[in-house]
Amino acid sequence: MSRSAAMLIMGVFTLYFLTPIWWLLTTSTKTGGEITSTAPLWFTANSAGTFLTNLGRLFTYGDGLFGRWLLNSALYAGVGALIGTVIAAMCGYALAKYEFRGREAIFNIVLSGVLVPATALALPLFLIFSRVELTNTMWAVFLPSLVSPFGVYLARIYAAASVPGELLEAARLDGSGEIRTFFTVSTRLMAPALVTIFLFQFVAIWNNFFLPLIMLRDQVLFPVTLGLYAWNSQISQIPELRSLVIVGALVSILPLIIAFLALQRFWSSGLGAGGVK
Amino acid sequence: MSVTSTPAEVPKAAPVVRKNRSSGAQRRAVTVFIAPFAILFLAFYAIPIVYAVVQSLLTVEREGTFGKPRQVFGGFVQYEQVFQNTAFWESVGRVLLFGAVQVPVMLGLALLFALLLDSPLLRGKKFFRLAFFAPYAVPGVIAAIMWGFLYSPSLSPFGAVTSNVDFLGGNLVLWAIANIVTWVYVGYNMLIIYSSLLAIPTEIYEAARLDGASNIQIAWRIKIPLVIPAIILTAVFSIIGTLQLLAEPQTLRSFSSAINSTFTPNLAVYTTASVPNYNLAAAFSVVLALATFILSFVFLKSTQRKVTQ
Repeated sequence: MSRSAAMLIMGVFTLYFLTPIWWLLTTSTKTGGEITSTAPLWFTANSAGTFLTNLGRLFTYGDGLFGRWLLNSALYAGVGALIGTVIAAMCGYALAKYEFRGREAIFNIVLSGVLVPATALALPLFLIFSRVELTNTMWAVFLPSLVSPFGVYLARIYAAASVPGELLEAARLDGSGEIRTFFTVSTRLMAPALVTIFLFQFVAIWNNFFLPLIMLRDQVLFPVTLGLYAWNSQISQIPELRSLVIVGALVSILPLIIAFLALQRFWSSGLGAGGVK
Repeated sequence: MSVTSTPAEVPKAAPVVRKNRSSGAQRRAVTVFIAPFAILFLAFYAIPIVYAVVQSLLTVEREGTFGKPRQVFGGFVQYEQVFQNTAFWESVGRVLLFGAVQVPVMLGLALLFALLLDSPLLRGKKFFRLAFFAPYAVPGVIAAIMWGFLYSPSLSPFGAVTSNVDFLGGNLVLWAIANIVTWVYVGYNMLIIYSSLLAIPTEIYEAARLDGASNIQIAWRIKIPLVIPAIILTAVFSIIGTLQLLAEPQTLRSFSSAINSTFTPNLAVYTTASVPNYNLAAAFSVVLALATFILSFVFLKSTQRKVTQ
């Protein structure tokens, strides 16, 4: 294959991948009427002003509901992924670095957990949470999101590859406790893996749709995806929501894109782990 | 390497006692490390599965038409209903057809891009890597909203195409969804395959080149066989994802009347649960989880055998 053919293929697909996002960006800078009346993939003369007006409307509509949704998503995904990563790392580390009875059994259960789709759990979780009257609360979305069997799987592979047994022996001889060794020495060696686990759990929670859809009734508790979904399904009754949905979609994907760009150094080295083994 | 074995140089002054204490400390540490995950896994994975199975074996009985409903054991009544429910099986057939086309196309593209990124042919690799991966940051709901606008005849910037081709009509809407899913996940799968390509030692290629192998031969004979495990991993996750389709079709329903309330198995679960008929919905969930598990497990096992042969 020639160099120009390779560049052509990649060029064409770059358009495919970026055009929708570009469309979202340019359309966010238009008023409702301008969406259909102006050039679709370009800005208008007063784009900056309209964009700011749209943003203002987005954050003030319905008593600032959208800001609340963003905050909820940050809480569900940010705090959830942070705690989830620590929990998964500890478990994967123990499975990789210690020998104990039932180790293989636990790992096999975790592996089957990877294959059980999270959406199949949404309904039974709803039934259980409604028994303890916790549906339509933040806990109903937050608590189940903490569990990431795939995170344990990655953590185990990474701990086995990047934390040398000799180092743990040395730490033991120095009188360092097992748990202190984990938090001071091992987590540093596992850092790229931990960032990878965090990011992917963050994305999984941020994107999760079924669980909040089935658990939450109160709009104030919605994550941003469910909120935009709700607005989008009301467009036919309230047409002014259309431009809010478009600006809101743009604002809601920015945190993830920024997080991925900022942490790229870590996850691009950590991503291979699942595939190599 | 075994970690619990006696350290090579135990100080002579503190022989047996110290060893016992340290292995006891290790046991305690293992408990501390595993307990949080184990408890959460039990509460939010294992128990819900058991609970779903239990619920699926119950049925609601009423004394008279307007009597108080109560749940009684119904055996496989719900499962009989599942198997007689043509809408549910149509939805299963629909996602299987979807997966049979979309997963190979997506992974084929991901493999092609990964090979190109790994080849000496390309400039600006960092840019392409990021550009192709960017859609992964777009949640399924948002992607469906964006593409919903792009597909719609009145709002699309490609009005010339969308006013002639009805992407949201009954014939094409499944493939319109397939395009959205492909758009989101190609870059992610590309990166997984690409990182596994990066792990191959380059000496292998040099040896092949000395033997006169071309770039295409190296890709076909060396690179692809070596990244098969990564491809299998991405395939399993794609199969799981396909059977779980929900966010994209559910969101597109406000753009397209061709998507009914039982378009995918998970939509059927949601619709049935909203009736509310929890017992039947639980039975749907159990069948779906079991089918997903079996399908990905069989796929894993069958490909593993092929690789080792």
